[in-house]
Amino acid sequence: MQRIVDKINELFANGTVDRVLGWKVGEFSYDRTPYVFTKEGGLDGFAYDSFCANNLSKYLIAESRKEGKVLVLLKPCDTYSYNQLVAENRIKTENVYTVSIPCKGKVDVEKLKAMGMTGITDIVENGEELTVTTLYGDEKVNRCDVLCEKCLACQKTAKECDEAIEGEAYEKPHKDRFATVEELEAMSPEERFAFWRKELSKCIRCNACRNVCPACSYIKCVFDNDNSGIASKANTDEFQENMFHIIRAFHVAGRCTDCGECSRVCPQGIPLHLLNRKFIKEINELYGEYQAGDNTESRGPLTSFTKEDCEPSIVYEKGGK
Amino acid sequence: MQRIGVFVCWCGSNIAATVDVAAVAEAAKLEPAVAFATDYQYMCSESGQSMIKDAVKEHNLTGIVIASCSPRMHETTFRKTAQAAGLNPYMVEIANLREQCSWVHKNKEEATEKAIVLMRTAVAKLTLNQPLIAGESSVTKRALVIGGGIAGIQTALDIADAGYEVDIVEKKPTIGGKMAQLDKTFPTLDCAACILTPKMVDVATNDKITIYSYSEVEEVKGFVGNFTAKIRRKARYVDEELCTGCGACTEKCPSKKNPNEFNMGLDNRTAIYIPFAQAVPKVPVIDAKNCIKFKTGKCGLCATVCPSNAIKYDQEDTFVEENYGAIVVATGFNPIKLDEFGELGYGQIPDVITSLEYERLMNAAGPTKGHVLRPSDGKKPKKIVFVQCVGSRGQSCREKGYCSKICCMYTAKHAILTKDHYPEMDVDVFYIDVRTPGKNYDEFYRRAVEEYDVNYIKGQVGKIYEENGKVMVQGSDMLGNKQLTVEADLVVLATAIEPDETARSIGTMLTASMDTNDFFTEAHAKLRPVESPTAGIYLSGVCQGPKDVPETVSQAGAAASKVIGLLAKDKLVGNPCVAGSNPLLCNGCGQCANVCPYGAISYVEEEVRGPGVREVRRYAVVNEAVCQGCGACTVTCPSGAMDLKGFTNRQIMAEVDAICK
Repeated sequence: MQRIVDKINELFANGTVDRVLGWKVGEFSYDRTPYVFTKEGGLDGFAYDSFCANNLSKYLIAESRKEGKVLVLLKPCDTYSYNQLVAENRIKTENVYTVSIPCKGKVDVEKLKAMGMTGITDIVENGEELTVTTLYGDEKVNRCDVLCEKCLACQKTAKECDEAIEGEAYEKPHKDRFATVEELEAMSPEERFAFWRKELSKCIRCNACRNVCPACSYIKCVFDNDNSGIASKANTDEFQENMFHIIRAFHVAGRCTDCGECSRVCPQGIPLHLLNRKFIKEINELYGEYQAGDNTESRGPLTSFTKEDCEPSIVYEKGGK
Repeated sequence: MQRIGVFVCWCGSNIAATVDVAAVAEAAKLEPAVAFATDYQYMCSESGQSMIKDAVKEHNLTGIVIASCSPRMHETTFRKTAQAAGLNPYMVEIANLREQCSWVHKNKEEATEKAIVLMRTAVAKLTLNQPLIAGESSVTKRALVIGGGIAGIQTALDIADAGYEVDIVEKKPTIGGKMAQLDKTFPTLDCAACILTPKMVDVATNDKITIYSYSEVEEVKGFVGNFTAKIRRKARYVDEELCTGCGACTEKCPSKKNPNEFNMGLDNRTAIYIPFAQAVPKVPVIDAKNCIKFKTGKCGLCATVCPSNAIKYDQEDTFVEENYGAIVVATGFNPIKLDEFGELGYGQIPDVITSLEYERLMNAAGPTKGHVLRPSDGKKPKKIVFVQCVGSRGQSCREKGYCSKICCMYTAKHAILTKDHYPEMDVDVFYIDVRTPGKNYDEFYRRAVEEYDVNYIKGQVGKIYEENGKVMVQGSDMLGNKQLTVEADLVVLATAIEPDETARSIGTMLTASMDTNDFFTEAHAKLRPVESPTAGIYLSGVCQGPKDVPETVSQAGAAASKVIGLLAKDKLVGNPCVAGSNPLLCNGCGQCANVCPYGAISYVEEEVRGPGVREVRRYAVVNEAVCQGCGACTVTCPSGAMDLKGFTNRQIMAEVDAICK
């Protein structure tokens, strides 16, 4: 973290950037809130540690349209979201200074709570061990046991930025990101339907998933557009409400970088990333491996057309999986 | 509020027999926006149309729903009716009660229920229709013909004859196609080369026609009247301008053992070669795979002997981009591969050959100078057995379900020519049926049987094998009700034909629809047989379905006349159902432009004003003259900013709601 702070102060001092998009310590000791630090205000409260899970790239849509240059700290996975947003002309790159920073996976506090720890007052990170102070005493856990779902299968390496800050070598966890999707595919249509009904009916339509998603970056979302005829529909009954997530998954298909923010922020714990991963898996199988945000040039397989593209009959050949 | 009139057509008994048309009209009267509803025997008739016009005036209607046949059938008719009645032609909606209802249902009660829903859907959509005005687009007065066989040649000649420029793109080094390989043509037995090669020369000398031989269409963009094609001119390593066609290079080339494609591999050619004597253009091509210079870097003999310095080893593929008003597909056919027909011994037994190979054996310019000699020992066979329908009319996955159409006649031709040259030879023909419709066709077949004493055996062949230097043909004789084993010296398989392997990718490139066999589909099987459903794309020859030379030539002429009809127009009336984006919703993300097949979408960065909004944004704008209204952008747009006039998202949702009500 010190190297990051030094770098920012250096860039502030030589006038390269005017603001910094980073994380600030929040209300609880483990809360990290996206925050814009200014040259004048300094880096008071700045933090970068295992709790800075937020993907900051989406904030650049607004920040890059402001006066002056903004420095953004991008974890490896965030660099993909950044590229994708640039590809979609959502960020004014001339006002942005990108700095890639190392990441060893982020801690999901919800997982600690699920382990039965309540009244958490502080969490101290010491290498691979976390000391959790609660109202009822201290507990020690392994960092790798409480990583965010999105970090367990993360194999991303940082894409090119204006500046890169390297970290110590780190062995990533090696979970197959499509394993759960395959389990769902193996279910009968009825089982699968029941699974999704159960999960999606937890939704309270808080819109957190949409608001955090870097692919959901639209000035006016169809769900806010009365003219679309969808906005009111999704509120009329429970089943149509479930469709909200399916429509959203379709909207981000081919553009989702699998950053996993949707599932991370869901207060109801709906595994929304599985919908996106299903699309990614399908796209990989039908059109060849594709990673959205890998660069700022390529057209996604769903919005490009080649003579080698599979024929629509593939839907029948694959059956209802 | 709109005042809608609903007109339910009986279509004689086509609709009325399955749908209670009066009940549909009655149900329509209950719809809030409907001011008038009726049913009539033939809405498309003069009196039906008058009835519509009168009702528009009498009831002051603002739009009409015609509940009748498919919009593909009569939408234009009723748009004209609406226009004549003083309405905007786009205030018409068709409820398809025929193709999508009466023809596919038997139960009258259920069909009526569905018909009412379809009518309601059309009413729901029409309540949101806006009057639309069509724009115009220009026509590039030049045609592209893909394929330089007899179909492409005839089409090009006919179009050029009308005074329009035509380009032929042929993937082989010469035009001529399959017909150039044939010996004689049925039923008149004139020599194929004698009637084809003058046409090839006509093409070469016609100043309206440009031949791109050894070239392939790489990319096609645009729409009817305004296509742009990118043509890859493959490197032939010989400068077409400098070459005089003297042939010195082909004589001196030391790489002589390369299978000659033109002779179906029955003899060899050099690595630099001219496919056949009358090739157009008469310019050799280097087969780089077998050329010693390309393989080892040493040799270069052809360049040394070339008197005009035309050999260019460093030639690379080049590209030509040209604009066209119309595109004709004439990609032709190939005999199927017989790898999966192991029981017939092709490929294992040298004296089992295909009919196209036999064609080359009989041809005076062929590998045996027209003498029928067996490939195995070069001896004259005493008995030849012809097997028809190899791979045609079958039900298994290795076979084609269709009749290849030409085999009965060319087998009769082969039999007649064989017996004519060698009266002492024995000729048997195994057949399922002999199909000879066509002028002088059955007479021709009967000549084979009656005058030439060809032995026709009704039955299929199950196995061909070698025994004691003979080729044994095991088959059934269904008329004699017995199994036969015939001892032959040469067996000729009448191999099924299939569309050329490039047809599928060309179809995809042109968005021209194809059937499951990869034959191009016509716009209407009976009434528009030479047009693809995609506007501006025309079909010529076997790419549309199996046909013989006379049929191909007729179709080629028909396709040309359709092309001429299009190129003769100065302006095409456009389709007003085009896309448009709402700057207040658009994010300028660029996805719509990515999917637009016509390049109709661009982006501007301009101030956007709306309720509570005043800022500079990047947003999409649609060039309405170029947009063809395919709607790809509207379904891609993630924020619903893109909409298609005449098919707005709200209209589609209204239709869905009407169905679900």
